[in-house]
Amino acid sequence: MENMPLLVLILSSIVKILIIVHLLLVGVMIMIWAERRVSGWMQDRLGPNRVGPQGLLQPVADGLKFMFKEDLIPNHVDKPLYVLAPAMLLIPAFVAVAVVPFGSSITAFGYPIPLQIADINIGILYILAITSLGVYGVVLGAWASNNKYSLLGGLRSSAQMISYELTLGLGIIGILMLTGNTLSLRTIAIEQGAYPWQWNFLIHFPAFLAFTTAMFAETNRLPFDLAEAEQELVAGYHTEYSSMKFAMFFMAEYMNMIVGSAVTVTLFLGGWHFFGLENVGGPVWSGLISFGIFFIKTAIFLFGFIWVRWTLPRFRYDQLMNFGWKFLLPIALTSIVVTGILWITTNSRLVVGIGNAISAFIVVSIVAGLLVMTTPKPAIQESDSGFAPTALDTVE
Amino acid sequence: MNAEQILFILFGAVSLIGAVSVISFRHPIYSALSLVVTFFAQAGLFILLGAHFVAAVQVIVYAGAIMVLFLFVIMLLNLGTLSAKGAIGPKLKGFAVILGILLAIEGIYIAVNSANDTAVAAAETATGTTTTYQIGELLFSKYLLPFEVTSLILLAALIGVIVLVKRESQEEN
Repeated sequence: MENMPLLVLILSSIVKILIIVHLLLVGVMIMIWAERRVSGWMQDRLGPNRVGPQGLLQPVADGLKFMFKEDLIPNHVDKPLYVLAPAMLLIPAFVAVAVVPFGSSITAFGYPIPLQIADINIGILYILAITSLGVYGVVLGAWASNNKYSLLGGLRSSAQMISYELTLGLGIIGILMLTGNTLSLRTIAIEQGAYPWQWNFLIHFPAFLAFTTAMFAETNRLPFDLAEAEQELVAGYHTEYSSMKFAMFFMAEYMNMIVGSAVTVTLFLGGWHFFGLENVGGPVWSGLISFGIFFIKTAIFLFGFIWVRWTLPRFRYDQLMNFGWKFLLPIALTSIVVTGILWITTNSRLVVGIGNAISAFIVVSIVAGLLVMTTPKPAIQESDSGFAPTALDTVE
Repeated sequence: MNAEQILFILFGAVSLIGAVSVISFRHPIYSALSLVVTFFAQAGLFILLGAHFVAAVQVIVYAGAIMVLFLFVIMLLNLGTLSAKGAIGPKLKGFAVILGILLAIEGIYIAVNSANDTAVAAAETATGTTTTYQIGELLFSKYLLPFEVTSLILLAALIGVIVLVKRESQEEN
């Protein structure tokens, strides 16, 4: 890439940016459609199926409706921040995708062009930095709305995001220790190798679970959507928003999901590798195939997002904080210590993987035991049904 | 004027405008946001110096975590707009004047001496140590003592916070 002429570099970058931004936008539309159809499927109903084949044009119809709705700004809001907030949520979601590697490389004009907008040395730090800015959109939108429900949603969201960001950052340190000398996402993806048993999610299984859970919390998805809990807060931080501004909040949520899934696939699920299939074909075809593999992996992960939504009920707020600080954070911290010690002493990925799993199990058991012991037992009431609450009920 | 200089002036200007807005806005939320803008521009300046790692950490720690907590507190206390008068007493005013004069002297001193300054040269040699690997190596060899001292100070602060919070909750009970 160093000896590539400037013109090719600039042209290829522009083409890549255009393709990826449009893919993201189309991806958001497909996700909105998929969410409603899959939800329907899981609840044994149809979902939207009238507009276009299988209802595929439903997001287009929704988008048109949003655009032609009156752009209402309530009188009691803080106008500059109220207008700025949706953009402050949407822009980080867009920008974060710049360092995600979508595939190996395609040879064009005689030069190998990596399928990634920017392969920077601090890739994973860049992702963490940009995604940590998304919380401003939520918090400012909530505050500027000048509405109690919005403010409560914003407060919940900021506390939640700060708590889970820690796990998000600490969960990847184990991976970085086993990857040589760089934080570049491309290197991390390449070093994982072609076969699923070489991928990071087996070596760092507890960290993988912690990272994925924190990702759900960062994207404000169920079971962590306390910022917009409908039963308690109307719609949380975007209660006062309508038309296209509301649509921007909505788009940002789905875009965060897509970027989050893509990052998880890169870090833990081997990126574009799949049994060596990514090397089949010539210099152009192998690039396209690797892109396809990455795309399918991300899509499967996104399906998981929808699946979880209809599987797990929402946490209570104290449960959310307990879970983040007392379970996920210890798991992530232990994985750092165990990975470091085992990697230096044995230099074997197998041992690190086994050690990580066992240590995480021990840590969770200890924390759960401590919680049961320290939680004051509620006075056992003789209720009519004869049901006595146990200590476990208060923990979980 | 090359691209680097243009970017430096841009980031420097944004950083200064942000810093001035922090103290000129009457509303704490806008002040906090201006500070975020300043941090961002400074991250840009770090990138121009080739210190990508420091830039990312600056955004993660200051813009991503600390300022969100600031906003959290401002929102929680529901601080209103500060009134123009009565916010600063006469004693504070005198103190501010002294500090302002000191700052001005400092600025002039730096501006006069910047031509033959060693800091610029030091920064230029430091651009060689940009990758995270090299920073990590330096932290654990050359700067091991300062690194450990910093972590101890942070640990002390953590323990202090826990002690303070614990005592309060016991009194409540």
